[in-house]
Amino acid sequence: MTALQQAFETAAQQWRQLEESKTPVFFVGAATCGRAAGAIEVIERLKNEIKKRNLQAQVIEVGCLGPCSMEPILIVHKNGAPRLCYGNVDPERISAILDRYVAGNDPCPQWALGRMTQGRIDGIGDIADHPMFRAQVRHILKRCGLIDPENVHHYLANSGYRGFLKALELGRDGTFDEVRKSGLRGRGGAGFPTWRKWQLCRQTASDIKYLICNADEGDPGAFMNRSLIESDPHSVLEGMLIAAFSIGAGEGYIYCRAEYPLALHRLETAICQMRRLGLLGSNIQGSGFSFELHIKKGAGAFVCGEETALIASIEGRRGMPRPRPPFPAVSGLWEKPTIIQNVETLANLAMILDNGAGWFVRYGSASSKGTKTFALAGKINRTGLIEVPLGISLKDVIYDIGGGVGAGKKLKGVQTGGPSGGCIPADKLDLPVDYESLTASGSMMGSGGMIALDDDTCMVDIAKYFLSFTQAESCGKCPPCRIGTRAMLEILEKIASGRGAADDMDKLGTMAQTVRDASLCGLGQTAPNPVLTTLRYFGAEYEQHIQKRQCPAFVCAALVSYHIDAERCSGCTACVKACPVEAILGERKKPHKIDQSKCIHCGVCLDTCPEAYAAIYRSSGSLTRYEQRKSGESKS
Amino acid sequence: MTVSAQQNNAVVAELLSLHGKDRSHLITVLQDIQQHFGYLPRQAVTQLAQRTGISANEIYGVATFYAQFRFIPPGEHIIQVCQGTACHVRGSWQLLQELQQRLGIKPGQTTADGRFDLRRVACIGCCALAPVVTVDGNVHARMTPKEIALLVKQHSGKKDR
Repeated sequence: MTALQQAFETAAQQWRQLEESKTPVFFVGAATCGRAAGAIEVIERLKNEIKKRNLQAQVIEVGCLGPCSMEPILIVHKNGAPRLCYGNVDPERISAILDRYVAGNDPCPQWALGRMTQGRIDGIGDIADHPMFRAQVRHILKRCGLIDPENVHHYLANSGYRGFLKALELGRDGTFDEVRKSGLRGRGGAGFPTWRKWQLCRQTASDIKYLICNADEGDPGAFMNRSLIESDPHSVLEGMLIAAFSIGAGEGYIYCRAEYPLALHRLETAICQMRRLGLLGSNIQGSGFSFELHIKKGAGAFVCGEETALIASIEGRRGMPRPRPPFPAVSGLWEKPTIIQNVETLANLAMILDNGAGWFVRYGSASSKGTKTFALAGKINRTGLIEVPLGISLKDVIYDIGGGVGAGKKLKGVQTGGPSGGCIPADKLDLPVDYESLTASGSMMGSGGMIALDDDTCMVDIAKYFLSFTQAESCGKCPPCRIGTRAMLEILEKIASGRGAADDMDKLGTMAQTVRDASLCGLGQTAPNPVLTTLRYFGAEYEQHIQKRQCPAFVCAALVSYHIDAERCSGCTACVKACPVEAILGERKKPHKIDQSKCIHCGVCLDTCPEAYAAIYRSSGSLTRYEQRKSGESKS
Repeated sequence: MTVSAQQNNAVVAELLSLHGKDRSHLITVLQDIQQHFGYLPRQAVTQLAQRTGISANEIYGVATFYAQFRFIPPGEHIIQVCQGTACHVRGSWQLLQELQQRLGIKPGQTTADGRFDLRRVACIGCCALAPVVTVDGNVHARMTPKEIALLVKQHSGKKDR
């Protein structure tokens, strides 16, 4: 029996034991996002409490289940009961859950997000009926948050490496056919059909071919790849095996951001496990196929997400793109045919092979097959990592899954595609989420960042934000991008600081076209998108900045001033103490005043003023905005 | 903290024997040198140039291209303010402003007492918990200017590592 066959048996046994465990098992979501929310403290507390109570129990660190706004997340297995998932778990809740549910009979439904397995518990529904999960179809994320990402047996017990074994059975051409039939398109942004890329590489004769996994998730506001690698690293690596096998690559690289230390650690661990199981090296599983895998740490350059720049970086050079053709599939890394694939594209491969292309095409729309993960963030109630069938409407994502914007706020738009994408206005939310529709709207699918914007977001500021990002990340090789983004940014800065001129919007539009048409690589070609879409859909907001010198969202610091309403101010001195530049004058119990000559418009006073008084108000041009006073000890 | 020439030699030699002198390992070796010293000492780069045959010019050309590399010794505590989109719309610029005021330095600088480094980071992927700040690699979620002040205070005391 081979090491892999043996591991499959051990895995099945281990998983069964876990499912039927007589003693409690606690699963804590401890990916980077969970850790930021306090998962490590939760694990420590759990272990201490278990010791204190002399309990026989296991604590297992799992990845990210997705609903980040409810982290830390704890799943509790108790013998004879369905597994329960709890959100916002803090040390107090742990003690309570241990006392009342594990030792007693109260499942604490007030903290539960849902049941993870079959069974009945009063007051706790199936997690699939939770509003955040209801509209989701979780295929890529099916194991995330449920398995120990550092235990390969957990992966093997949950259809792990079955797709690769199937590929070996089908052979190189059979595997290629299956991927072609699935219609899978690259999940990194542009949506190029995976099989066409492969075909180009397969047709190129070469003794050496390379496969690269692009895990340089540089889009600010996107964390799908990080989460997937941290939660289920083998799913990506299995995809690499399948791709390498079909295109005939003998060596592969994973190019992963250095900003993702946990993901890097998980990859290293997983690769060691693959080696032990005979899934790497020469003559893998007796198939004659040999493959070696290396990790390359990115060094912080957004442009390295571009294929040719990424290749330059792996070769140890400045990460600058070069003109295509030749495409990397023909001449890439060290001038050998090279296929570069996004993390999520690779993770799809194992499922396509295991379940068949027929299964895959059942999900998605006519031209965009399958499911797609999105990082839902920004001004929205439920943030996190989600997976939906392509073709779902933006509205369903924002309102059903994300729960809409905060109370009293209005959704203004949705930003998709990061710095290469654009802002889709709230009245266009019926738009289906697929490659063609998003591109037609002026935005793009991108890798999957989805940021909700509400009326506190200034669209000029958003355009400025993205452009300052691309401008800083422009590698400087081609002038349209290097000079164009800078010139555009200067105009945006002018507008945001109240010095905009009447023809600035036209100028911006013209420059944007030039940069888009004349830049060398994808970074420059798409950099104008945030500007173009905000000009197109939110032109009135630009006009307000230019003509009335006012920022309707009260964001652009130079156009906003802060004041204290003497009627509302109780003289508590909270703002006086908080002001970083000592611009607020006033004695206790007497109304305070802001010295406008010192004020730096940072807004700290606004955040500090107790909600019961809400005495700070902002003005911008002819607009004034007061914060709502919350009930409580209001001044009388 | 200055690094002696001897230390430089030893570290560079060891890293090269670990990774090899091939050009494709240049960035990895630079990353490891920085991991060791906290920055890229001039001496180490000179050493690297001598031992690999890649000119110091060329090495600096590569190193300065990437945001990760630093050329001055870092402060004791490293505060990074995430500049991701979600963090931006949730007010990360306020956090940065507060830190600049409080520490009296701009991003990329070190306080005069060598206690703090203030840095911007493109995005650490904790967007759902925005805005986030990291101190010495530990992520702090949903930060406010008030909590930032507290964080700075906590790390202002004696060396606690």
